[in-house]
Amino acid sequence: MKEFTPPPDSASIVSVTDRVKPVTLGMAVTSVHFLGDRAAFVGGEENVAFVDAKGEITKVAVHSGGILSTAFDGKRLAMGGDDGKVVALDAKGEVTLLATDPKRRWIDAVALHADGAFAWSAGKTATVKSGKAEEKSLEVPSTVGGLAFAPKGLRLAIAHYNGVTLWFPNMEGSAEFLPWAGSHHAVTFSPDNKFLVTAMHEPALHGWRLADNRHMRMTGYPGRVRSMSWSAGGKGLATSGADTVIVWPFGSKDGPMGKEPAMLAPLQARVSVVACHPKNDILAAGYSDGTVLMVRLEDGAEILVRRNGTPPVAAIGWNAKGTLLVFADENGDGGLLEL
Amino acid sequence: MSEATSQKIPVTVLTGYLGAGKTTLLNRILSENHGKKYAVIVNEFGEIGIDNDLIIGADEEVFEMNNGCICCTVRGDLVRIMDGLMKRKGKFDAIIVETTGLADPAPVAQTFFVDEDVQKNARLDAVVTVADAKWLSDRLKDAPEAKNQIAFADVIVLNKTDLVSKGELAEVEARIRAINPYAKLHRTERCSVALADVLDRGAFDLDRILDIEPDFLEADDHDHDHDHHHHHGHDHHHDHGHGLKHYHDEDMQSLSLKTDKPLDPNMFMPWLQNLVQVEGGKILRSKGILAFHDDDDRYVFQGVHMMLEGNHQRKWKEGEPRESRLVFIGRELPEEAIRKGFESCIVS
Repeated sequence: MKEFTPPPDSASIVSVTDRVKPVTLGMAVTSVHFLGDRAAFVGGEENVAFVDAKGEITKVAVHSGGILSTAFDGKRLAMGGDDGKVVALDAKGEVTLLATDPKRRWIDAVALHADGAFAWSAGKTATVKSGKAEEKSLEVPSTVGGLAFAPKGLRLAIAHYNGVTLWFPNMEGSAEFLPWAGSHHAVTFSPDNKFLVTAMHEPALHGWRLADNRHMRMTGYPGRVRSMSWSAGGKGLATSGADTVIVWPFGSKDGPMGKEPAMLAPLQARVSVVACHPKNDILAAGYSDGTVLMVRLEDGAEILVRRNGTPPVAAIGWNAKGTLLVFADENGDGGLLEL
Repeated sequence: MSEATSQKIPVTVLTGYLGAGKTTLLNRILSENHGKKYAVIVNEFGEIGIDNDLIIGADEEVFEMNNGCICCTVRGDLVRIMDGLMKRKGKFDAIIVETTGLADPAPVAQTFFVDEDVQKNARLDAVVTVADAKWLSDRLKDAPEAKNQIAFADVIVLNKTDLVSKGELAEVEARIRAINPYAKLHRTERCSVALADVLDRGAFDLDRILDIEPDFLEADDHDHDHDHHHHHGHDHHHDHGHGLKHYHDEDMQSLSLKTDKPLDPNMFMPWLQNLVQVEGGKILRSKGILAFHDDDDRYVFQGVHMMLEGNHQRKWKEGEPRESRLVFIGRELPEEAIRKGFESCIVS
């Protein structure tokens, strides 16, 4: 850290920028996940780039066009493309074709279930395939914005315009509609299965307590929330969209109802992506000016991982043990940090 | 809108009533030897037979924004498609959105004003409306959608002119002008129009709001004052003796305001904001070039329904008359109230 020159707006911040191994992917990147020991950077189109601990890059072709949607279950990475295909990638780098839309429509959303089931959507139709069972499809009133499996049971949340539809694909007539005016994009269950949260088209989140469908409005963002990450144990939901990391408290039975969120790591830039550490109460945040910070949830203490001055950070992720942090900006320039 | 404008991907909205020739125009654009690549967004259930690499089927989902403003609608599908297309940046130079024949162009246009991410990457270039010379007059009577599309247009391609007589053509043009005297109008057969006349128009670029004069056809050599095009009361049919008919459309009009006296920005801006808040549902398009008191810069603005954007554009040039001009196109505009409001903003 001897060469560290503090950025002007944070005089005393600890920096680990000199320990970051640079990674140059040479492609636009949208997200990153760990498949085994390697980081898998999902490209804007066609490829996934594996990066190992030495920083060596191996590219794998997964789609013949834009990669529109991604889901990760710890073992597999599922992706939907504008080629109408749903594919899965495993730690060995093997690509499996999971499904093809008969009309080659865009695959707007994908989801993975821990037991191997998967779901995808094209237009207004969400489809689930579970083991050897037949594919089951449900049409919702408007184009699907996001999909997520509940942590328990085979239950799918389908976000769309004016609400979310909850569906047990194996139970006829089980679709339950949770209304809330507006366009809902990404959707996520809290790890304890008690809450459902959507990121909306307007700069807000909306939540439901699943026990009684009580609404939770989470507003005040200057920009649309594009990145959400549950903290270890699901006590907090960290989000992008503001010039601080916004962490909503979900530790109590009322969730964030009537509570203020924590606002951590303020910068003169918008948070573009967040990733919580898998075990500890730490998160990593990427900003629109290229900055990457590690932030302690408890007190907001910050460690500088990457300085500003590049395009927005587009992807950030931890390995399962939480010993490796990887990130990349929109142009695919990133780094790997061993802790 | 400034330096960044040029790096944004231009989006042309192609609209027009059923059967007017949208697909013909689209294919003409795509097949011409321009060396450009287009991403084309078409309605999923629309006409087929479009020859292009990058075609995306859209659903025309019109979403209300959660801001309590009922006319503030966007195309939800377009937000999603733009998001997806941006992952393939560099694979195309421009985007063309073809709407269905019954579509209202406003939600498409508003998508480019309201959505932050869309705005960051793309800019609305122009709304191009294809109209059928033979049937448009009838459609203007019975199809409010057709009227909306004419009122909203920056460019009107009046197609199938070979199927009508000279008199019928004059009639349909007069009906168009009664609604929208400001759009560039091109008479075509089989949509044969120069690409430069429909693409890269910069119609929503504040820097290019140069000409808000009515665009009457050069071919019609006439000399009366166009500022009064809507001042015909309810005397519906004027024949000026040289072939140009004038109509007053009961429902949709344009209103132009002009003064050579400076405006008080502290009066004008709140007035304009309030006007579009209250009457925004009726006002489809608005544009203006403004001369403010004690201000050496020209101010320009434009709007779609309740959404306004404006900026200081440049210094008034030496010798350039410091006039303010405003244009509103809309439905049942409260003309007297607007005129009075405008006049009250003039520095006396």
